[in-house]
Amino acid sequence: MRGTFNKTLLEIAKNDPRIHMVLADIGYGEIEPFRDAFPERYYNVGVAEQNMTGVACGIAMEGNIAVTYSIANFPTLRCLEQVRNDVCYHNANVKIVIIGGGVSYGPLGMSHHSTEDIAIMRALPNMAVVVPCDNFEAEAATRAMIEYDGPLYYRCGYKGEKDIHSGPVDFKLGRAITVREGSDVTLMFAGPVGLNVVKAADILAKEGISCRIVSMHTIKPIDRDAIIDAAKNTGGIITIEEHNLSGGLGSAVAEVICDSGVAPEKFRRIALPDVNVALIGHQEWIRSQYGMDAEGIAKQIRDTVRK
Amino acid sequence: MENCRQIAKQIRIDCVRMTNSGRSGHVGSMLSMADLIAVLYEKILNVDPKNPEMPERDRFVLSKGHAGAAVYSALAQKGFIPREWLSRYYCDDGKLMGHISHKVPGVEFSTGSLGHGLPVAVGMAIAARYAKSPRRVFCMTSDGDMNEGSTWEAIMFAAQEKLSNLTMIVDYNRVQALGHSEDVIDLRSLKDKLELFGFAVREIDGHNCEEIYDALSKLPLDENKPSAIIAHTTKCKGIPAFENTVKSHYKFIPDEEIEAVIEAIKEAE
Repeated sequence: MRGTFNKTLLEIAKNDPRIHMVLADIGYGEIEPFRDAFPERYYNVGVAEQNMTGVACGIAMEGNIAVTYSIANFPTLRCLEQVRNDVCYHNANVKIVIIGGGVSYGPLGMSHHSTEDIAIMRALPNMAVVVPCDNFEAEAATRAMIEYDGPLYYRCGYKGEKDIHSGPVDFKLGRAITVREGSDVTLMFAGPVGLNVVKAADILAKEGISCRIVSMHTIKPIDRDAIIDAAKNTGGIITIEEHNLSGGLGSAVAEVICDSGVAPEKFRRIALPDVNVALIGHQEWIRSQYGMDAEGIAKQIRDTVRK
Repeated sequence: MENCRQIAKQIRIDCVRMTNSGRSGHVGSMLSMADLIAVLYEKILNVDPKNPEMPERDRFVLSKGHAGAAVYSALAQKGFIPREWLSRYYCDDGKLMGHISHKVPGVEFSTGSLGHGLPVAVGMAIAARYAKSPRRVFCMTSDGDMNEGSTWEAIMFAAQEKLSNLTMIVDYNRVQALGHSEDVIDLRSLKDKLELFGFAVREIDGHNCEEIYDALSKLPLDENKPSAIIAHTTKCKGIPAFENTVKSHYKFIPDEEIEAVIEAIKEAE
């Protein structure tokens, strides 16, 4: 996915001289084409995320679009106050891009997991939050990100993700994409973990459980209509995200159904537990340990639907 | 330069009144930079109160945002904002909050948490260079601001980029929130530090308007480096009983003393 992001950004930047990349010494093997094509719009501030964000804000406040880009928590939590006070308060046109949402970096360990980012970023006024699930969404989300005027957080996957969609998608910020229709329950996911959701739905289809599958690629602004429709017209809602149970997609969906008075009888949040993930292993193995492989997700859906 | 001295006096008087009526702090931080702000707005910055968003204006970022009232006074004196706003500083439903705000006409950027101003100023300087614009970027920092790692991150990068359109002015009053700087974080020779970090540096008396003007009118100090003006100042300059004290970071001048204090500021040379 990171390759798709970088390739798309490079392509857009050819026709949009407002786009600047501001890096903090991360991006080896990916950002070189942008650097070589647009040296006057490429900055590496060194290992200094606070300065990366402040500089990006200053550049953006002068009519440009500044993209910060780094691993997992580096461009969000390390410089959270710069994101809040500088970028969000001034509504600066800064795009914060992370590579490696969730536990993508696996054995690199806890410091490199981005597992509270959605909750924290969506709590910031003026900040849009986007979580593409595959290469088709990653490309479309990159274009939407540049078209959007204001701060935006883009949670990218890592590399080698298999596609969920079968082709280019009709992507609009704040409008969820239905991957598959179904009636017994709606599975609302965000990000590449969605592939396991689709696999889980395939398992359940053989057991006669019909699942609607929806990619909630924009967590803020959230697609209220898609949530309310799922609550009213299917048997329940289950959210799936590679993120702490607190504050992420599941919380956002729960807020909408409660605020709207359409809470379905069946509702469940599948997410990482409220722990610092310290297991040693690759992404898919870590997912399996927390019930987020296809079998684990299928089991939780089955338990919820048949309860 | 007499104009500058008069503007600085008025800044001091306004800040004494604003912090008194607001029952708020930081008067010491405001008064230490009053002369610097006066010269900037009267003689140096290319800004226009009739067109505060003028694209080619110089950018001024106050990183020591807690002293924003001094800038508000200058903005009122130059006609950016109505003078009446000052009397409701720090008040319910007022126009002027305790830390400098970009919601106020003429204010470029909001700060309040230290260490935020210089990185943004660096970004603005980069954008000016990219736009091939002659506009300049000024950023005022302080002792406390120079404690923040992010300020030094920005210093290193500004030097790396040879941002000669950027000038950092350090209001070096040697008092910070919990003590005298030499007892908290002793910056020792800030000039040597900044030169080693790649800035061109000049030290001045931050209360001498001629010297301030001379330094700020001969920028950049070096065509290939960002400039730093270290302004040696006295915390709460102009109120002898409060000068060089930590309490001036917190206390306002009480009602029973305020008229005498203002009279003394008016009478001062």
